[in-house]
Amino acid sequence: MGKTFAEKVLGKAAGEDVKTGQVVTVEPHFCMSHDNAAPISKIFKKIGVEKVWNPDHIVFILDHAVPAPTDKHAENHKIIREFVKEQGIKHFYDVNSKGGVCHQIMCQEGYALPGLVMVGSDSHTCTYGAYGAFSTGIGRSEMAATWATGKIWFRVPESMKITVKGSFKKGVSAKDLILKIIGDIKADGADYMSVEFHGPAISQMSLAERMTLCNMGIEMGAKNAVCPPDEKVLDAIKDNAKTDKWEAIWADDDAVYAKELEYNLGELEPGVAKPHTVDNYAPVNEVAGTPIHQAFLGSCTNARIEDLREAAKILKGKEVAVRTIVIPASWKVYRQAMEEGLLNIFLDAGCIINNPGCGPCMGNHEGILAPGETCISTANRNFKGRMGNKESFIYLASPMTVAASAVKGAIADPREVL
Amino acid sequence: MKITGKVWKYGDDVNTDVIFPGKYTYTVSERSEMGQYALEDLDPEFTKNAKPGDIIVAGKNWGCGSSREQAVTCLKVRGIGAIIAKGFARIYYRNALNEGLPIIVAPDAVDAIEPNDEITIDFDKGEIITPKGTFSFPPFPEFVRGLIEDGGLIPHVRKSLGLE
Repeated sequence: MGKTFAEKVLGKAAGEDVKTGQVVTVEPHFCMSHDNAAPISKIFKKIGVEKVWNPDHIVFILDHAVPAPTDKHAENHKIIREFVKEQGIKHFYDVNSKGGVCHQIMCQEGYALPGLVMVGSDSHTCTYGAYGAFSTGIGRSEMAATWATGKIWFRVPESMKITVKGSFKKGVSAKDLILKIIGDIKADGADYMSVEFHGPAISQMSLAERMTLCNMGIEMGAKNAVCPPDEKVLDAIKDNAKTDKWEAIWADDDAVYAKELEYNLGELEPGVAKPHTVDNYAPVNEVAGTPIHQAFLGSCTNARIEDLREAAKILKGKEVAVRTIVIPASWKVYRQAMEEGLLNIFLDAGCIINNPGCGPCMGNHEGILAPGETCISTANRNFKGRMGNKESFIYLASPMTVAASAVKGAIADPREVL
Repeated sequence: MKITGKVWKYGDDVNTDVIFPGKYTYTVSERSEMGQYALEDLDPEFTKNAKPGDIIVAGKNWGCGSSREQAVTCLKVRGIGAIIAKGFARIYYRNALNEGLPIIVAPDAVDAIEPNDEITIDFDKGEIITPKGTFSFPPFPEFVRGLIEDGGLIPHVRKSLGLE
């Protein structure tokens, strides 16, 4: 009987042959924290050990509220800088032009690597599965304990196999696929499971598209989500891998799955998640015409250069009808968008461009909604109050659907303007 | 251990953003301050009136969404006695164990319990006593029992490192 990805990768990390359901203790290779490194450092001090187990395995990336919008946030950042110095943490991305959204940096800068076990104090840590890593989100206490001991327990999760075939039709993207999957299996459809994406369509997808898929694994309850570590991954990491401890690990063909699903991209159409849950799926034409007040093109889900290019194709030569906030996923993406002329397209269309970071995604700053307002967003969550006000409404959609809607001032089908 | 308390009942898929809104994640940093915002975007009545010892009863997938531990801490410092649900999102489940907040998966009991019921949880016997009858729940797996007995992850780690 073959093994799943989770069985293989956790078995390798534990140094023994493991089966689904077994509990293992492993040393995670990288531990990522963002602005919450400050409260975690306070919990760490309560444990009573002087030094973290290994500063080279810890990565801090400031992104949730940068530059600091309030004195509380500023104090938070200050605590992190002091802890970085005290503990000798080298992998630190401060508020400067090397940084960006934490999950983008982890992938872009060679931390997300095949076969590594990685944890992050953020639920969207599952994004690194796009590079073949086993990565999952944990809470603050657990991160503090991991810094102190270098160890964390996992129960080897059951696995779900999602096989994807065919190719996208015009106006349809990876975001539409993952919104459809979550709509089908619901917010707990993959609860406590390792989700493996298989099939020829995944091989055809860019790493940016795979990141969009894996990023939203948590929205169906997944422990982690992962794509095969193929040539595209190996090519992307060959010059910047932060360690040589990685290994291309993938599930056996005869592995046993708790659930198997199949999707054909040719049957997909642009879709949205309606307020106030991510699994509240509708094809875009069912909600077309819904008035919006704001459009947001950003977040760890959909703000890579590929996403910005797709939006720019629609926005070129047009004017947005509502306030439209563009936030590239990192300064590297920002610079590339500048060099490709995309930023000019956005500015000419009337969009504003903010500095890379999480922006308004979780209600911190840079685009909070007023009561009664509706936003269409490329982010990953539309929970009540998510963008700062519980009387507002969020629709999640692809970069193309967000761009088409921004131009119209109402939810629009991107196929009509492409 | 045995607790008795008044029930606040909720539905499926209650997410961490409505339990503890994201806008407070960096402006409210003291544990003692977190309780006053608990369930602010779900049920303002709870935010105003929940008392120490009250019990939350919910449907499937309680605590889905963010990894923010404040969604557990705000209930813990508010004195909530336990959460009984049809199921928990995984990160929330771990966070609750790590904070020492008792959480119980008991779908039958959830269906039988009405809002404002007074119920008793007997942790030693693994029983929930409700106006409609008594329901049993399975004990925690052995590997997490030590964690709970030590009162959460941080005391557990201090103990394992010989610091207690």
